[in-house]
Amino acid sequence: MRLTAEKLTRSFTRVRQGTNILPAVKETSFALPEGSLTEITGRSGSGKSTLLHMLAGLLRPTAGCVLLDDRDLYALDDRTLSALRAKHIGVVPQGQTGLRSLTVMENILLPAMLTGVKGMEPEAEALMERMGIADLRGAKPGELSGGEMRRMSIARAMLLRPEILLADEPTGDLDDENTARVLSLLRQAADAGTAVLLVTHEQEAKRYADRVWRMDAGALVMET
Amino acid sequence: MRLILQLSRKNLAGRPGRAAAMIALAAFLAFAIFAGSVVSMSLQRGLGTLENRLGADIIVVPASAKSQFNVNDILLQGNPGYFYMDREKLDKIAEREGVAAVSPQLYLASMVASCCSSRLQLIGFDPETDFTILPWVRESYRGEIGLYDILVGANVTVSGDYTLRFYGIDCRIVGQLEKTGSGLDNAVYANWETIEKLIEASEEKNLNKYSVKADSVVSSVLVRVADGYDIEQVLNDINLRVRKVTAVRASNMISGIAENLTRLSGVISLLIAGVWLLGLLIMMIAFSMMTQERKREFAVLRAAGASRRQLGALIFAEALIVCCAGAVFGIALAALIVWPFSTAIGSALGVPFLLPSLPTMLALMAATLAACAVAGVLISSISAVRIARQDTGLILREGN
Ligand SMILES: Nc1ncnc2c1ncn2[C@@H]1O[C@H](COP(=O)(O)OP(=O)(O)OP(=O)(O)O)[C@@H](O)[C@H]1O
Ligand SMILES: [Mg+2]
Repeated sequence: MRLTAEKLTRSFTRVRQGTNILPAVKETSFALPEGSLTEITGRSGSGKSTLLHMLAGLLRPTAGCVLLDDRDLYALDDRTLSALRAKHIGVVPQGQTGLRSLTVMENILLPAMLTGVKGMEPEAEALMERMGIADLRGAKPGELSGGEMRRMSIARAMLLRPEILLADEPTGDLDDENTARVLSLLRQAADAGTAVLLVTHEQEAKRYADRVWRMDAGALVMET
Repeated sequence: MRLILQLSRKNLAGRPGRAAAMIALAAFLAFAIFAGSVVSMSLQRGLGTLENRLGADIIVVPASAKSQFNVNDILLQGNPGYFYMDREKLDKIAEREGVAAVSPQLYLASMVASCCSSRLQLIGFDPETDFTILPWVRESYRGEIGLYDILVGANVTVSGDYTLRFYGIDCRIVGQLEKTGSGLDNAVYANWETIEKLIEASEEKNLNKYSVKADSVVSSVLVRVADGYDIEQVLNDINLRVRKVTAVRASNMISGIAENLTRLSGVISLLIAGVWLLGLLIMMIAFSMMTQERKREFAVLRAAGASRRQLGALIFAEALIVCCAGAVFGIALAALIVWPFSTAIGSALGVPFLLPSLPTMLALMAATLAACAVAGVLISSISAVRIARQDTGLILREGN
């Protein structure tokens, strides 16, 4: 599946400092190729998360459109869009993403629960094994370290083997060892055919990425 | 649907303190509406039954009896009443135009008997002419009411050998009356002959302050007015033509209580309404705060593929679980309090009090549960709409 953005724009209105309109993402066109790892870097506040959320169908653009194959995500009704996302787009949101009343296992099984897919427990086990968090299956998110939580979040996004994986700073505040681990996991996913988008500040990431984009004040610039 | 219930149950279980607080609030609401309705209905039912039970259109008592108060006392509180008039008044009353039937009663004394927690009122009646007591014998007794045979009110505990001992005389219980929720439930009825013997026995034992000759006096005369006659006219006629008596319209005695009752029911309804309004408001705010605080979790659910509808359903489900669990606790608590203490509540309020029948009770429980479910939908509707509408992308970038 191919995810493309055409002239994607998102502006925010800031009332506080006089009513000025701030374009967080400006007329960005972009395609996410299958089976490769695409990296977006950029200064804080340059619009990376805004772009990623729009690509995930989680934030309606001010202008432009997002196409999954040739379906315009924001022309769909919420039910269809949610079903599409659940099935085809894995999202690793920035920051804390655990549901605190569920165990790690249940957190990872969430996409299966939401779509009514049964019998995903072995898949979840296998993912936890690969992420090195198998012995935490019964723990609650509150008991996890930042790195463990991030890996849980990635396992959740990968559970239903989505064709597209969007990860927002999955290595933020992780130590080198955990960073390397997460990056190689994403690399493996890309090698297995997934279209992976990695938004990160991490310098190391370049070594894993097939191509790198730089986001600068809402505009994307090809770096390599 | 099962997933939604499962998830919401886990969410509640993950924050047991809050869930418990919300359930307690819901239980309080359920308690208020259920207990309040039961009390209201019990009052109405008690009054209705008492109205039927009186059976007579007019009650005639000695003028000296300051009728209203004493009669009310006897009927409702089971307080002792001692007033007597000549037996010849019975015939005088019977002679009046429009009187279809008369039957005398003799209030003897109230006494503590081994069987019972409250005082019993011994009442003599005439089985031959009676039209107010025998129709209400519960275990339809068809035989004669002979010497030392008694009929007892519903509050009298009937022991294995069916006897009660008064002043050393064993009396045989031949029937028990249906419950009225009033002082009549503590009455013991015997025929005139038995009452005479009991008076003699009490005098022998020096236990009777009032010396009465049972064959020459009566305490009250119950009157049934013939069809086609105006009760008020017959009543005035008796008051005018029969000396030293006061005729009271039976329904008047009750109408005083009925007024009180209407007022009491009004107060109860107002209280319930107030409690619900306040409770719903608090729960709505608390629920809204709780979901707003968790909006990031809901955003994560969206990112994992949940639709807006699913989020809304999740929030509704949580509120429904809380409210239904609360309803069950509240109803159970109310039942535990109202059932065993209904007699105490009745005498504390000083009005006839008769619990609704079991089917009515069950229907009331179901209605309470339904009301709580509706409350659940109400308190969560705002939260559900707000969370379902929120822009996931914006929430996810907050608080990083
Ligand atoms: N809800 C909002 N209201 C106003 N401005 C917003 C809103 N969301 C984002 N912005 C602005 O849009 C710009 C881009 O934000 P975005 O979160 O996409 O940055 P980012 O590149 O992901 O930064 P970081 O690396 O720190 O995560 C920022 O200047 C931010 O202040
Ligand atoms: Mg960001």
